[in-house]
Amino acid sequence: MGESAILFKNVSRHFGEVKAVDDVTLEIHDGEFFSMLGPSGSGKTTCLRMIAGFDRPTLGQIFLYGQDVSNLPPYDRSVNTVFQDYALFPHMTVGENIAYGLMIKGLAKDQRKKQVDEMLDLVRLTGFADRKPSQLSGGQRQRVALARALVNHPKVLLLDEPLGALDLKLRQQMQVELKAIQQRVGITFIFVTHDQEEALTMSDRIAVFNLGKIEQVGSPADIYEHPQTSFVAGFVGVSNLIGGEVAKRITGAEDKFSIRPEKIHLSSMDAKADADMYSATGKVRDVVYLGLYTRYLVELDGGGDLVVVEQNLKSTSMDVMKSKGQQTRLMWKKEHISKLGG
Amino acid sequence: MLSKNTSQPSVERGSRWLQASAIAVLLFLHIPMWLIFLYSFTTDTAAYTFPPPGLTLKWIPQALSNPEMQAALSLSIRVASLATVAALILGTLAAAAVYRSDFFGKEAISFMLLLPLALPGIVTGIAMRSAMSLISIPFSYWTIVIGHATFCVVVVYNNVLARFRRSGGSMIEASMDLGANSFQTFWHIVLPNIGTALLAGAILAFSLSFDEVIVTTFTAGQQETLPIWILGQMFKPRSRPITNVTAMLVVIITALPILLAQRITAGSSDTEGSNK
Repeated sequence: MGESAILFKNVSRHFGEVKAVDDVTLEIHDGEFFSMLGPSGSGKTTCLRMIAGFDRPTLGQIFLYGQDVSNLPPYDRSVNTVFQDYALFPHMTVGENIAYGLMIKGLAKDQRKKQVDEMLDLVRLTGFADRKPSQLSGGQRQRVALARALVNHPKVLLLDEPLGALDLKLRQQMQVELKAIQQRVGITFIFVTHDQEEALTMSDRIAVFNLGKIEQVGSPADIYEHPQTSFVAGFVGVSNLIGGEVAKRITGAEDKFSIRPEKIHLSSMDAKADADMYSATGKVRDVVYLGLYTRYLVELDGGGDLVVVEQNLKSTSMDVMKSKGQQTRLMWKKEHISKLGG
Repeated sequence: MLSKNTSQPSVERGSRWLQASAIAVLLFLHIPMWLIFLYSFTTDTAAYTFPPPGLTLKWIPQALSNPEMQAALSLSIRVASLATVAALILGTLAAAAVYRSDFFGKEAISFMLLLPLALPGIVTGIAMRSAMSLISIPFSYWTIVIGHATFCVVVVYNNVLARFRRSGGSMIEASMDLGANSFQTFWHIVLPNIGTALLAGAILAFSLSFDEVIVTTFTAGQQETLPIWILGQMFKPRSRPITNVTAMLVVIITALPILLAQRITAGSSDTEGSNK
């Protein structure tokens, strides 16, 4: 860590009038599993394509381990990409697909074969070298695409929503596997996704993108526990956003803040809040029993709604349903709120 | 169930009518051609008497050894070959440009490329002839090739573009990403993927050029391609059987490649524009 693998210096990419990427400055460290998270059209894929060399920045510079690569073609940069649709070559076997980069480099055939076999072992596809991509399942193609990129020992591996086409179970399995492979090979991974859970599971750090700009960069815990903007609070997980008059009554200031539903506790009206806690009163308007936990919708006395989630440690569905329509006191620790900028 | 039962007879009658009319149309289209084949073997010299008074094979060697016919056949093959090569190169480049990049006037260029196929040959012919005399290119083998290339390019362009659209764009990016430059990418990735489309396009282009008459009459000088030579022979009743033999030859030379092209691209809709 420490050394910067990728450095964006005031990078913008305009498509006509549209600013797909708008003045982004970002540093990604060597050996990091870094995720670019955001909704579609937020600029995360364009950033990835600029690192790969498929797109050039309109303004600004991109450095790869200190070298300015802003205007280098894709084949002159030591980065490789795992594409969203895998982009395997249909007329070649799995082995030929993986060996492609080595063949272009002019490596001898027996050396190519040795490295291909190593890669097939790494992605657990031993013995698949002679199959055609059309004979593989989605998950297997995904692994071939990964092997084809990794065999070139890139300095940085780019992954463009590679798990999007897989079903949920396979996706969760691949998340664990990808992380394990990244730790084994020690290469910097840059992972583009719109799935916040995926980003939280795998990443060392996450950049949250919105409208071509980075809203926040931080560790998963950081992003989740301390969102800095309303967008991050709303996009990553579920948040209660409170501002204006309601905020003033609770915290004494009108500043907008967010509080996660699971940090709030429901108590009886006569319960006393400690000094390090905020409290508010309201009426339980809706109760949804979800087995593992129960979700409450509480209408605050001064206006506004709060979502509260409590684990069903002792309570049964009968118990929780009784609370509907009751007056209640809500309490949460002061340290659990995040003041929001934007 | 009930309604299905009652409607069944009328559906069947309808489909039988449809079958009969389809067969009738096919016969109407094909009987004249079979007649030409038949009269290639008649013992008659000048007239078409039916049934033929007798059958003979003697016209075949006579037709094949006819020097005018040989010259025309050779010219046609040379023209069709060169027009096809030109079409392969230009058509592929145009398809790649239209598929891969966005530029001002892309739709217009795409339309202008397709136009020669839709335009009546006579319009293309007149336009070519005036253009050529305007910049005073002497009419020759080359002017015929240019004329034919205009519509041959379309066939290749259509085939290759359809293939590009089917095979997805990120393959080329993947190749570049793995270190291959543009030439290596074309050689290892693009060419193998559009190979059959090129072959099918080439065969169709060859067939189109080989039996072209109208554009050729406007762009040829003194030379005669095979179809034009046949047209000339029609006015000489004495050599009618020789013409018939030659016509049979043309049918075979053009039909075989088209059958082949259909087999190559079987199951795909790649052969748009094959119906000029």
